[in-house]
Amino acid sequence: MSKMSKNAKINILLVAVVAALAVLPVVLGLGDHKKEPFTGADAQAETAITEIDPEYEPWFSPLYEPPSGDIESALFALQAALGAGVLAYYFGLRKGRRQGEERARAEQAGKAEQVEQTGEAGKAEQPEQAHAPAPEGA
Amino acid sequence: MHIAEGFLPPAHAIAWSVASAPFIVQGVRSLSREVREHPESTLLLGASGAFTFVLSALKIPSVTGSCSHPTGTGLGAILFRPPVMAVLGTITLLFQALLLAHGGLTTLGANAFSMAIVGPWAGYAVYRLLKRYDVPLMVSVFFAAFVADLSTYCVTSVQLALAFPDPSSGFLGALGKFGSIFAFTQVPLAVSEGLLTVLVMRLLVQSSKGELTRLGVLVKKTATGARGKTETEAKA
Repeated sequence: MSKMSKNAKINILLVAVVAALAVLPVVLGLGDHKKEPFTGADAQAETAITEIDPEYEPWFSPLYEPPSGDIESALFALQAALGAGVLAYYFGLRKGRRQGEERARAEQAGKAEQVEQTGEAGKAEQPEQAHAPAPEGA
Repeated sequence: MHIAEGFLPPAHAIAWSVASAPFIVQGVRSLSREVREHPESTLLLGASGAFTFVLSALKIPSVTGSCSHPTGTGLGAILFRPPVMAVLGTITLLFQALLLAHGGLTTLGANAFSMAIVGPWAGYAVYRLLKRYDVPLMVSVFFAAFVADLSTYCVTSVQLALAFPDPSSGFLGALGKFGSIFAFTQVPLAVSEGLLTVLVMRLLVQSSKGELTRLGVLVKKTATGARGKTETEAKA
């Protein structure tokens, strides 16, 4: 039991460090020196391209573009949710299977024990078997 | 690392697509072989793809005051070898190019080359190297994911610098410029990706020992360990 909780503790610690790495730059105001703090690096690269080569014109545009930033955010959230859903399904299925196997094993072990016990009991009662019905039937 | 649609000159766009194509073909083959020979892998393959899906959707603030996203390709590269990730990574990029206008079809080849090919291979190389020196599994996993993430963004910087060399300082000047946008921002995110990959690998070790052993990530300690020792002893 204590081993399980140690595992869980390490997992929670990992998540906490990741969360801290994401939150601290915002809390510490590390984007304050920028005109627009915390823009995407991908978008900054586009700006850098137009700085290096002001005449460059993108020669192809996306087939579909989310009509607003909010819809774009929703689609990003959808992408993350799809992935998280599949991951949760995987681990849930694994856990369920493991629990099922454990239960089946426990049941089998229990049955084996019962058989052993009734077997011994049966032997002991053999002489009287004609008179009394098997005890497990009762 | 998503180079936006139309932001690579046609010659570069075609060249990177041609460079990526054989890796993706190889990936499709190894993916279908894996599914055919080990149908029980399908679920874990799905989970590896899902991990990339989640991580590449998360734009996370970084110390440089910009946001960027991890790639999530290290995990699948460790589990199923890099060719499989060439496919799963490209599918993720295609989804983002078509639905999110993030990345693009003309830049798909270049983006696949950085995220779905170089990243997984670099991460896998680090993983194998550390494993050879008997580094603990979770440490190897961390550095594999870290390198897969960071190398992806380094490749993007090189791709952009090749396409847009600085008029005065040339390729190196442009590389410094794009590198400062991508690579430095990415360092803390690569750490996060390493930690998250370790987390998922820990959950896998707890839940899927059998599969990890079959995939060679976990080693059966008894037979192979003893044999390995006697071999090294014999060499010595």
